[in-house]
Amino acid sequence: MANARLFLLGAALILSSLFFLFWGLSGNTWFIFELRSKKLITLITVGGAVSVATILFQTISANRILTPAIMGFDALYILLQTLLVVVIGGANWALLPDSIVFLLTSAIMVGASLLLYQFLLQKDGRHLHVLILVGVIFGLLFRSLTSFIQRLIDPSEFAMIQSTMFASFGSVDENSLIISCIIFLLCTLLVFKYSTFLDVMALGKQMAVSLGVSYISFQRLTLVVISLLVCISTALVGPITFLGLLVSALTYKIAGSLEHKKLLIISFLLGALFLVIGQTIFERLLRLQSTLSIVIEFFGGMLFLYLVLRKRFK
Amino acid sequence: MITINNVSHKIGANDILTNVTAEIPANGITAIVGPNGAGKSTLLNLIGRQTTLNDGDIQIDGSSLHSTSTDKLALKIALVAQDVGVASRIKIKELIAFGRWPHSKGRLNDFDKEIVEAAMERFDLVDLKDRFLDQLSGGQRQRAFIAMAFAQETDWLLLDEPLNNLDMFHARALMNELKLLAVENQKSIVMVIHDVNYAARWSDYCIGLDFGKIKFAGATQDVLTAKSVEQLFQVNVSVLGSPNGIILDHY
Amino acid sequence: MKLHHEKIAATLILAGLILLSIVIGVADINTETIVLSRIPRTMAAVLAGASLAIAGLIIQILVRNKFVEPGTTGSTEAAMLGVLCVTIFAPGLSIILKMLCAVFSSLVGTIGFLSLAKNLPNDQPLLIPLVGLIYAGVIGAGVTFLAYQGDLLQYLGVWMSGEFSGILSGRYEILWLAGIAAIVAYLSADQLTVVGLGEAATINLGLNYSQVMMVGVATVAMVTGIVVVTIGILPFIGLVVPNVVSRLMGDNLKQALPRVAFLGGILVLSSDIIGRIIRFPYEIPAGTIFGVIGAAVFLYLLLKRPSNG
Repeated sequence: MANARLFLLGAALILSSLFFLFWGLSGNTWFIFELRSKKLITLITVGGAVSVATILFQTISANRILTPAIMGFDALYILLQTLLVVVIGGANWALLPDSIVFLLTSAIMVGASLLLYQFLLQKDGRHLHVLILVGVIFGLLFRSLTSFIQRLIDPSEFAMIQSTMFASFGSVDENSLIISCIIFLLCTLLVFKYSTFLDVMALGKQMAVSLGVSYISFQRLTLVVISLLVCISTALVGPITFLGLLVSALTYKIAGSLEHKKLLIISFLLGALFLVIGQTIFERLLRLQSTLSIVIEFFGGMLFLYLVLRKRFK
Repeated sequence: MITINNVSHKIGANDILTNVTAEIPANGITAIVGPNGAGKSTLLNLIGRQTTLNDGDIQIDGSSLHSTSTDKLALKIALVAQDVGVASRIKIKELIAFGRWPHSKGRLNDFDKEIVEAAMERFDLVDLKDRFLDQLSGGQRQRAFIAMAFAQETDWLLLDEPLNNLDMFHARALMNELKLLAVENQKSIVMVIHDVNYAARWSDYCIGLDFGKIKFAGATQDVLTAKSVEQLFQVNVSVLGSPNGIILDHY
Repeated sequence: MKLHHEKIAATLILAGLILLSIVIGVADINTETIVLSRIPRTMAAVLAGASLAIAGLIIQILVRNKFVEPGTTGSTEAAMLGVLCVTIFAPGLSIILKMLCAVFSSLVGTIGFLSLAKNLPNDQPLLIPLVGLIYAGVIGAGVTFLAYQGDLLQYLGVWMSGEFSGILSGRYEILWLAGIAAIVAYLSADQLTVVGLGEAATINLGLNYSQVMMVGVATVAMVTGIVVVTIGILPFIGLVVPNVVSRLMGDNLKQALPRVAFLGGILVLSSDIIGRIIRFPYEIPAGTIFGVIGAAVFLYLLLKRPSNG
């Protein structure tokens, strides 16, 4: 049953990708094709990275409402990138290849998020709502700090990082895309290798320890993977807060199983499918540019309210 | 046998346990009793390595918690989860299969599957195996958690206040079940328990804790007396006899 | 005696800041700059800060939760939605009518939030600001979408961080209305306190619950709408100020209101002055400065909170 759904999702992704690539292909065919395939790979990588990161984060934080984006991971990435511009200087920054910038920011990001979120997640006994609210406010703080720092630096330097502030699926640097794909593949392979450990961790810390899983070290490892995945998606297109939540909620509904192997594949397929179809509709049918992320914010926010309020109405 | 050697534990600046030394004999039921805040659950969580042991040593059948890896310990000791904090959208058969994790690391072979089947039969869960955990009653959920620990095939079972939220009938049924496990399957069971009368009726061995220190430890019929309970809980107690042992009247 | 000192100190600090604010700036100091720009700007900052802080206090009382403010109840975002709709569909309207639209839509947004909040359990106080933040975010997404379609993103960007550099004589006087709304709130402080005890207690004491509630909500919407139209968003003022005041001197509303007003005025004016100095001759919006301070204080309040309260 679940396998049939998996197959259907996979087929849908392939079909929509082909549609995205070839529909209305005319004129300077090769050029447009190249452009489109780059965009397609970006959409799939980002959709997959956001979704897989969300499932992982929900497993190690033992709930289904928190996502890395809600907890301020994206905002942290952008803050670090802004700080880096200040430290290196705008002129030097412009000289650096995008891929080096990306790797540098990612390395710092992994360290910073490990420190911050392990601190938050290990505060035993804190109520989930405290955790979410603290995460949301951390996100706001990071955002305010970012815009504060951006105001401090030269207007010309400011323009350089402004593009990272909003999600856009437009042009993406080729080298960054290749590096992102490689990191994404490595991360998913690693996660797959220990997916049965994730199954046990989903039972909660107490159970996992009793069954002999060293919970803390796996939590740390998972946090590293999550940070890397967030780096990929934020570096490529910018922050999208609620995509992860939309996808993970759907994933649990569709999967009908708690096995992480299935959860991870389904969430990857769904996330990619979501972005590819969404982008096709917005770009080709409605001829709108880059409003997809706003629509995701809107419906994702609604879903979040529903998830929080549902418990009350049940 | 579990040996607890000079164990101390602090939370922040507060001493929760101070120089606790005790032995818990194998086979049979050991009850840890004491007033609220005495450190009972902390001691149990230290034994089950849920809380990291910093000061002193605990050995389970000769293996020190300090030098034995957590997955090796999972073959010796199992924790029966409290009925909170476990993912609820999980099927009973999946939950029990997780008991085989320490042996199979997630890849169940035929032998593992047999044990899971046997555990479901032993605890009368076959008809419920495709239900989700949150569709069961409190008593049924308790049985599912015990079945899971049973499938883990460890010599030791730890339970933290298992009688919470159970009515008289289900509390009795649970204690019966545990007694059977101890007698028929030679399991060694350690539990934190609130009601001294349950400890008096069902446990073979009893440890009394107060303010993080051991007040008494020994065979239940020897140590659980009106006097020791009075001292432990600061209430007046009289002893009523019954065919099955003593009842401590503190009402 | 102590009370007296405190009043004098607060007045002196505010007077000093006002003086600083009048002197500091890029343009040469002469009568014209002072009358046309500096004084209006200074007054605008004080009025906006004071009235927003009071609006925050009122909404905290109405929702019975210390972690809300107009920005986490959808009031601010709804006001922006109102302004944006006017700008797109009826760009010719006068500033008063624009303001009225903002106030009205802020009112609708706030009432919407209150009806959501009513359904939330009382034993989880942090659920309310959380739901409020996301509720505000959903309205905010609507605002961004509209702005995008109307090609008004840049216009929106100006509003996102409230600043005072554009304030001139003739363009801020509306803020006095917000000040008047705050005074109305002060006069009905006792009724608001009773409403803060809950519907049952209010009826028990013979007050009309929904009427007082409406007065409170209207004040909040009025202040929020006016500030958004004239200044833009000043985040966290309504949250941080009442919390700091209640930490320092407890919860008597009648006593707290003037202090909240003073502190609100002082903080916003200081943020504006800091914004003028820190990157001279450029300016950093007061909203950006206080966004950082406010978020940090909010986090502090959350993490230092006793775990059950």
